[in-house]
Amino acid sequence: MLPDIKKRNALLRNLSFSDSNKNLALLLILPSIIIVFGVLIYPICYSLYMSFNKINFAQRQFEFAGLKNYLNMFTDKYFFNAIRLTIYFTIVTVFAEIVLGTAMALVLKQDFKGRGFVRGIMILPWALPGVVNGIMWKWIYNSNYGALNALLSQLGIIKEYQVWLGNPSSALNLMIFANIWKETPYVVLLALAGLSTIPKELYESAKVDGAGGWRSFWKITLPMIKPVILILTITKTIWAIQTFDLVYILTAGGPAGGTELITYYIHKSTFKFLEFGYGSAMAYILTLVTFLLSYLYIKSLSKEGEII
Amino acid sequence: MRSNTRKIINRAVIYILAALIVIYVLAPYLWLIISSISTKADLLKVPLNWIPRKPTLENYYTILAGTSSSTTDAASQFKYALANSAVVAISVTALSMVVGLLAAYAFARMRFRFKKPSFYLILLTQMVPPIALIIPMYMLLLKFNMMDKKISLIIVYLSLVLPFVIWIMKGYLASIPVELEESARIDGCSRMKSFVRIILPLASPGLAATTIFAFIIAWNEFFYALNFTSTIRAKTLPVVITEFSSKHGADYIMTSTGGVIASLPPVLLALVFQKYIIAGLTAGAIKG
Repeated sequence: MLPDIKKRNALLRNLSFSDSNKNLALLLILPSIIIVFGVLIYPICYSLYMSFNKINFAQRQFEFAGLKNYLNMFTDKYFFNAIRLTIYFTIVTVFAEIVLGTAMALVLKQDFKGRGFVRGIMILPWALPGVVNGIMWKWIYNSNYGALNALLSQLGIIKEYQVWLGNPSSALNLMIFANIWKETPYVVLLALAGLSTIPKELYESAKVDGAGGWRSFWKITLPMIKPVILILTITKTIWAIQTFDLVYILTAGGPAGGTELITYYIHKSTFKFLEFGYGSAMAYILTLVTFLLSYLYIKSLSKEGEII
Repeated sequence: MRSNTRKIINRAVIYILAALIVIYVLAPYLWLIISSISTKADLLKVPLNWIPRKPTLENYYTILAGTSSSTTDAASQFKYALANSAVVAISVTALSMVVGLLAAYAFARMRFRFKKPSFYLILLTQMVPPIALIIPMYMLLLKFNMMDKKISLIIVYLSLVLPFVIWIMKGYLASIPVELEESARIDGCSRMKSFVRIILPLASPGLAATTIFAFIIAWNEFFYALNFTSTIRAKTLPVVITEFSSKHGADYIMTSTGGVIASLPPVLLALVFQKYIIAGLTAGAIKG
């Protein structure tokens, strides 16, 4: 008798499937919560505290400074320079990645021999470590022996080898190109996934109605992959404003501060000039901007029913 | 006749565009590989020889054997960095998969207080820019005497990879019908048993993709490693690779060789398992 009741109770306990076992649920998420809170939330709160202090790094002394670090940003011309460059960098890279990525996806959607291979290699730049991407392009852009100089001079486009990373505007644009090279294939992969959800019948009926390729692109393809493009635009923007590796490796912010993006500038102010309070304040502003973008992202995700 | 010519031109255009895409994607990386098997004489020639006269694996031997006896020299640090990278990336992957899977299961299948807010909080931490985390972490690591240790990198990376694992795996687990699990439970399986017997096999494509993502994120990470490590005790490959050029003038051959070696694990994993990865990439919007 007794074992039977026990068995039945156990069965009932098990069957009240999602409601019971609150303790078990807690136990399952506890390790994650500890790690996330201990290693992320605590530092984030600590850095808020840091941002209100003037910090003497050598002696680890904190002195309350109120909003001074935040107000300092308004008079820091290097800060504004970094913001300006970051906005330019972000707009150009994100725009180019989306346009180029979508165009490539449209090509890779066509039927041709070797399509599997071409789609397959798209994963390569995505998987490549950011550092390796940096050193690869630094070597290609090298002023004395670089492949870019060699290629352009052998094609007769330039007469003399150029110091590509030696002037601010070409350095910035080449850095942008290096970033586009690495990030575009990811756009291709997602755009291809978006394209594959478009029913073929739509194109067929458009053809019957006499619509050409160009017209059906604007009327069918683009509206159908709009959600994917929207989400890509937001995520790509978030990652672009955090670019650090490329700046560190290609140019170290130079020449003449011409490639000093915001993350690099904050890093330099903090770890080179040891302005830990000021660095924290700038990083906080950057965090707020990112959160605003993330909010848009999550909103568009839930609006699209998490299809992507 | 006219429509036939048009068709041929269309085909030709597609093949030309496809060829351009292949060149665009492969050429830079191919040049890195060529540089790594070239001799100085070939690479530093003007005009450049695109194909090396005497391809050699000597650079790989030099970098892996660490011929120089000085421990501050990047080439002799390489093998230690390789070991550090492997230890850190594998530990982070294993730990984050176990811990993350437990949490993902709870989020996908159970009801508990603060479920939604805690899930969104975990996601939100992924959006915090690394620079905002590095500054306070740096102070805290100094305070607790945790600088330049592999364990510190493992803990920090765990916090970066974990939210991502939870997010992706929650999606995969939620897509498995509850009824399958329920019927197993009615047949007398324990929660644990039905998880191992029913859920895990069904979730295996997702598990594979997530494991590879976790490994690639940990293996490729540079920003934190740059700030939190300083000697061969903990330096990882990405950090050491940047030092070939800065410490001894520009040694582009060694840098290329190191770069190829560092890129092999993630690139090969991605190429081999691309089916899972692309499915994973499109299932959840992922850190690019």
